[in-house]
Amino acid sequence: MPAAPTPGSRLRLTALLAPPLLWLTLAYLGSLAVLLLSAFWATDSFTSDVVRTWNTDNFHELLTTPVYRTIALRTLSIAAAVTVVDALLALPMAFFMARVAGRGWRRPLLVAVLTPLWAGYLVKAYAWRVMLGENGVVGAALAPFGLHGPGYGTTAVVIVLAYLWLPYMILPVYAALERLPERMLEASADLGAGTWRTLRSVVLPAVRPAVLAGSVFTFSLSLGDYLTVQIVGGKTQLLGNVIASQVTLDLPMAAALSAVPVVLIVCYLAAVRRAGALDSL
Amino acid sequence: MRKRKMSAWRSAAAICALLLTAAGCGSGNDDDKGGHAPDKLGKGEGKVNIIAWAGYAEDGSNDPKVDWVHPFEKKTGCQVNTKTAGTSDEMVSLMKTGQYDTVSASGDATLRLIASGDAAPVNTKLVPNYRDIFPALKQQPFNSKDGRMYGIPHGRGANLLMYRTDKVTSAPDSWRAVFDDAARYDGHVTAYDSPIYIADAALYLMQAKPSLGIKNPYALDQKQLDAAVALLKKQHKAVGEYWSDYQKEITAFKGGDSVIGTTWQVIANLTKAEKAPVKAVLPKEGATGWSDTWMVSAKAEHPNCAYKWLDWIVSPKVNAQVAEYFGEAPSNRKACAETSAPDHCAIFHADDEKYFQRVHFWTTPIKQCLDGRKDADCTDYAQWTRAWTEVKG
Repeated sequence: MPAAPTPGSRLRLTALLAPPLLWLTLAYLGSLAVLLLSAFWATDSFTSDVVRTWNTDNFHELLTTPVYRTIALRTLSIAAAVTVVDALLALPMAFFMARVAGRGWRRPLLVAVLTPLWAGYLVKAYAWRVMLGENGVVGAALAPFGLHGPGYGTTAVVIVLAYLWLPYMILPVYAALERLPERMLEASADLGAGTWRTLRSVVLPAVRPAVLAGSVFTFSLSLGDYLTVQIVGGKTQLLGNVIASQVTLDLPMAAALSAVPVVLIVCYLAAVRRAGALDSL
Repeated sequence: MRKRKMSAWRSAAAICALLLTAAGCGSGNDDDKGGHAPDKLGKGEGKVNIIAWAGYAEDGSNDPKVDWVHPFEKKTGCQVNTKTAGTSDEMVSLMKTGQYDTVSASGDATLRLIASGDAAPVNTKLVPNYRDIFPALKQQPFNSKDGRMYGIPHGRGANLLMYRTDKVTSAPDSWRAVFDDAARYDGHVTAYDSPIYIADAALYLMQAKPSLGIKNPYALDQKQLDAAVALLKKQHKAVGEYWSDYQKEITAFKGGDSVIGTTWQVIANLTKAEKAPVKAVLPKEGATGWSDTWMVSAKAEHPNCAYKWLDWIVSPKVNAQVAEYFGEAPSNRKACAETSAPDHCAIFHADDEKYFQRVHFWTTPIKQCLDGRKDADCTDYAQWTRAWTEVKG
């Protein structure tokens, strides 16, 4: 049991927490607030200077222009697809690492999963650009089967983003599976359950919160990405690209646009919280 | 202790005075926006911050043989800090920060910089090399206002049509190849990723659809803009990818992902140097193009060094070096004698005004029609930007 705080220790605690709290409220949340505020301003269409007159035109345009809806939906589906692909890849991989592979294998496998995180984002994305190109490795590997590579476009974006964020999904799932008590699997076997039944009724419920936690990473990172799209997206346009192209010309409109992913993430977090994935936080 | 208190009071007073002056300036009239050109130059400030296109301010870090920044620093004592910008829009927003002294702006940015007061008029008398600039580049609608120059012309070039000779067998001589005939190269057409590319469609429509009455590709009324957008949407179906980064375009043409589309001469040269079978032509309709101007920031902290840079970068020898490295027509007529390739100016049509008459230099589209129409409202750059988002879908 901790000792009751003395005035001195309370002072120390305040001094310790003040800088991060100040950072969180002023620099972090404060800048977000300013961003949202600027969405209610206007832009001089010729000089691109921000004109500080209060109006809701930007949001009105955002909601009534069909092209923004299309782009938002496309961004949302790509983020969802990346999350599903990563979950499907991470589950067997993490299961193998945590429960099947011998002790001596665990560490090298974990290192192998983490290694790509050391390489630069751009390097990896450009490597995929080369591989997915007209004369790239992917096309060459598929050619014997009479198939074509996906080329540049939405499929390529999903592939590359799923590749980039995969470690963020594997790690929480691996941690959850490693903590899963051996006894539960034994009990399931003793009760006559086969491998599939055990997987479905014991393993999956146990890792569900971990998958959801991983999905927060894959989903939100995909939602905000715009570099991968620029590199392998071909002519695809996502929310991030539209924001990037507007930032210099029409900051208020860009701010209004960037409210869209913020709203989507908040909705997603609320849904994930309902599912119980954030309880352990 | 006492002394420190005093100085604190003094700085407080100074801040108050500054605020008062600032308030005074704020209430002044708009003509003062953009500041004044200096009458004479002082000593260098020891430093100059510049925004440049890639290849315009080489200091030998990309290629040890290509370096005109260090000689400048040695000669003037002005340390150069270069920020490379990828697009005109980026240049405009960087200039707004007020942290830069000079910028190599293209015509789609210059008017915006002048109107927003971010660029100051330039006293060309203080740039001795200005007298050797080709007359056709002086006092143009995209680099001057009310008879005052807002910068020193640096170089110019056309946006050409490039194609792979092995994939596009019937040599195209018209922009029709990337517009009405784009479907032939389905998925392998490329276009410049910027709202200003709408002018390329307008340029094609000038001849393909004379009934629209387009006189200047940068002066489009709503109906004309809609027609250009419709054409671009049709083209979009055949586009493989848009480019704005020239490296991206080089790899796309080299690998065959793009087989036809707009380019700059420098890209064509670099792609050829990488052994890709490409050719670049100026189509019969003419082309859009760019003419770059070194402008000085209205908030320049190092104006003297900025003027020294302006004079240096258009001096015959350096202008020739930049023009050859970047692949453009130099602006200084004496530069043609200094190029290492004797036919450089001929290849890039540096003094060929007939050639450049076919090139419509990038100009910021504004509400007031640039073609002189009084009975119509034209679309401005903000509308073009939105239209461009629409085109890409």
